[in-house]
Amino acid sequence: MATPENKLAFDGGWEYDPAPESTDHVSLKKRYGLFIGGEFTAPQSGRYFDTINPATEEALARVADAGEADVDRAVRAARKAYSERWSRMRPKERGKYIYRIARILQERAREFAAIESLDGGKPIRESRDVDIPLAAAHFFYYAGWADKLDYAFPGRRARPLGVAGQVIPWNFPLLMAAWKIAPALACGNTVVLKPAETTPLTALKLAEVIADADLPPGVVNIVTGAGKTGAAIVEHKGVNKIAFTGSTQVGRLIMRALAGTPKKYTLELGGKAANIIFADAAIDQAVEGIVNGIFFNQGHVCCAGSRLLVQESVADEVIEKLKDRMQTLIVGDPLDKNTDIGAINSRMQLDKIASYLKVGEQEGGAMFQTACRLPKKGYWCPPTIFTGVAQSNRVVQEEIFGPVLAIQTFRDFDEALAKANNTPYGLSGGVWTDKGAKIFRMTSGIRAGVIWANTFNKFDPTAPFGGYKESGVGREGGLHGLDAYVDLGAR
Amino acid sequence: MAANERIAVAKTYKIYIDGKFPRTESGRYFPLKDKRGKVLANVCRSSRKDFRNAVVAARKAQGAWAGASAYLRGQILYRIAEMLEGRSAQFVDELVLQGTTRARARREVETAIDRLIYYAGWSDKYQQVFSSVNPVASSHFNFSVLEPTGVVAIIAPDDSGLIGLVSNVAPAIVGGNTCVVLASETSPLSAVSFAEVLHASDVPAGVVNILTGFRSELVGQFASHMDVNAVAFAGLDRKVAGTVQSQAAENLKRVIARAGVDWMKSDAESPYFIRDTQEVKTTWHPIGT
Repeated sequence: MATPENKLAFDGGWEYDPAPESTDHVSLKKRYGLFIGGEFTAPQSGRYFDTINPATEEALARVADAGEADVDRAVRAARKAYSERWSRMRPKERGKYIYRIARILQERAREFAAIESLDGGKPIRESRDVDIPLAAAHFFYYAGWADKLDYAFPGRRARPLGVAGQVIPWNFPLLMAAWKIAPALACGNTVVLKPAETTPLTALKLAEVIADADLPPGVVNIVTGAGKTGAAIVEHKGVNKIAFTGSTQVGRLIMRALAGTPKKYTLELGGKAANIIFADAAIDQAVEGIVNGIFFNQGHVCCAGSRLLVQESVADEVIEKLKDRMQTLIVGDPLDKNTDIGAINSRMQLDKIASYLKVGEQEGGAMFQTACRLPKKGYWCPPTIFTGVAQSNRVVQEEIFGPVLAIQTFRDFDEALAKANNTPYGLSGGVWTDKGAKIFRMTSGIRAGVIWANTFNKFDPTAPFGGYKESGVGREGGLHGLDAYVDLGAR
Repeated sequence: MAANERIAVAKTYKIYIDGKFPRTESGRYFPLKDKRGKVLANVCRSSRKDFRNAVVAARKAQGAWAGASAYLRGQILYRIAEMLEGRSAQFVDELVLQGTTRARARREVETAIDRLIYYAGWSDKYQQVFSSVNPVASSHFNFSVLEPTGVVAIIAPDDSGLIGLVSNVAPAIVGGNTCVVLASETSPLSAVSFAEVLHASDVPAGVVNILTGFRSELVGQFASHMDVNAVAFAGLDRKVAGTVQSQAAENLKRVIARAGVDWMKSDAESPYFIRDTQEVKTTWHPIGT
């Protein structure tokens, strides 16, 4: 336990000079059209909208708002590319195109990282070290599958589905595009992808990469817009498969919209993961894991460890260490290399988080926020924890999608497991203990698709990701991620 | 009537919930008639409440069933086949009563027995075929295994009273799921007798629950119940199938539509049927000290 004598003074004396990532190598156009049939074209809708930097509230570029006619054009281009080129190409050659995308992304990684942080508000440290390298790695991984699909599905011959409609969220814009596009292409499908309306820029830059890689026109089409554009993709008759990452609420709507159609679908939806700390855990490591679990990417992570379950006997110690550690977190300029927590992605999301903070207090939870200085402009939320919350509280049950952690305690294994599983979600979970047998009992008991033992928020293209229960349907990543993009014939 | 003639004892056909054979709580029935219009049985017309009770039983049984070893689940499936083999004459007769030709009935029972053996053999193998160790770039041991989806609601095919049922139940339970099944509406008797076979085969109570009744009345319940993890159906028309998916969306049930399968054929059995009601779980474990 820290005593007043040995406790470090975290709340003062540590001033960092600004260390911003330069943006002089970033090239952004003032206005982006829709990437359809291999080129940027003006939207038939004639509409454009601003994409802004959430850290400054300044517009970065104008982006096309695709209407139904535009989506139709994109689907037609994808269909043409599918039947005339992509599905006929030798798989090995398909793979080579995908490898090219991976390589160009690696070459231009720093530019993409800067844009990701500008457009989405995430710290450059994360976009530079996580988002962009992982996106490239996904293309690299799936490129290699293109000519090996016969080995992925024993006893079956995998055939492409056709045109895949893909709708992705704003929390990992380029990475989600890679998760969706790479396996789709490897399996021989063509793509119409819609990035989120608050973070379209890296997807549009990816369109440049795809053009530079000389992919046949129409193999990947990128249409920007908001919910209506997404709905037009989901409902388009020429689409064979829908892949969606986003909220459970929208996932439900999509599943209903697809009912009665032959379209396949995968849905990566919300989560409310429990991060479970046993008394025999390495506490300092666990505290780092808690911080990484909930404050990574401002908590805009579907698999975030947004519920902390800590064993009663160490609860005071863990919470005190956590608070101390939280005080060291730097909230501010996403482009600064020292920043731990960047800007909240949008005004809308900030309002949503703020409403949950109110709800949490109204429900009787005790809120603690660090005393960090927040920039005057932009959207910010200091790291926040709630203690004294009950299982039925909304801040325990519902996904907040912000840097907000709900803390509960437990006495024994069974109580921890029961609490961990007591939400409609089942995306991820974490367990911290030094006992191997306990790890495996807990990791098998948690009803969720991704479990981290003595670690948290790790991702890899070879590792399947996806939810149980209301956290979604299907897997992305790894061998299992291929399944979403193939027809295995008679069952 | 000859003085020494023995009168056969007719069976009351019941439903199967939580290892017990109640009649429907609703007290309702529908007469099943043969071609000549003779009543074969007053079959239970199960209610929504029966379904809810069955889901409670299935949920209660699921954890322990999933926790049973693959070896044990395989042996229990094998035991079901043994029991069915021993009673095959009864099942053939019953299928004939419900309008199947004797030759087809015999084939259907044999295929059902063989299908159970087929899935019994998969119990400790599908995991090896569909799991993976993932060579992640960081210093972690990372693996993905299959786990049962949970409680599966099955609307059995209408056109084959026994083989359709067996072909949909076996892959679900061999993978550690429990299920609630709606039997064929036109030939429900085989399903009820199959429940008796299950009951004699060490299948724990609640692992398989079998209801008889009207599809039109119950399909909505199967699709919409919030404590059901997956709904599987065969031979629903497209509109009804659409409604099922729409209702299943409320709690993101897995929807398994099996259309156009000839359950008598060998391609109606496959480990991919097992995989349909499995979730993939990925676990990360650091490598270090």
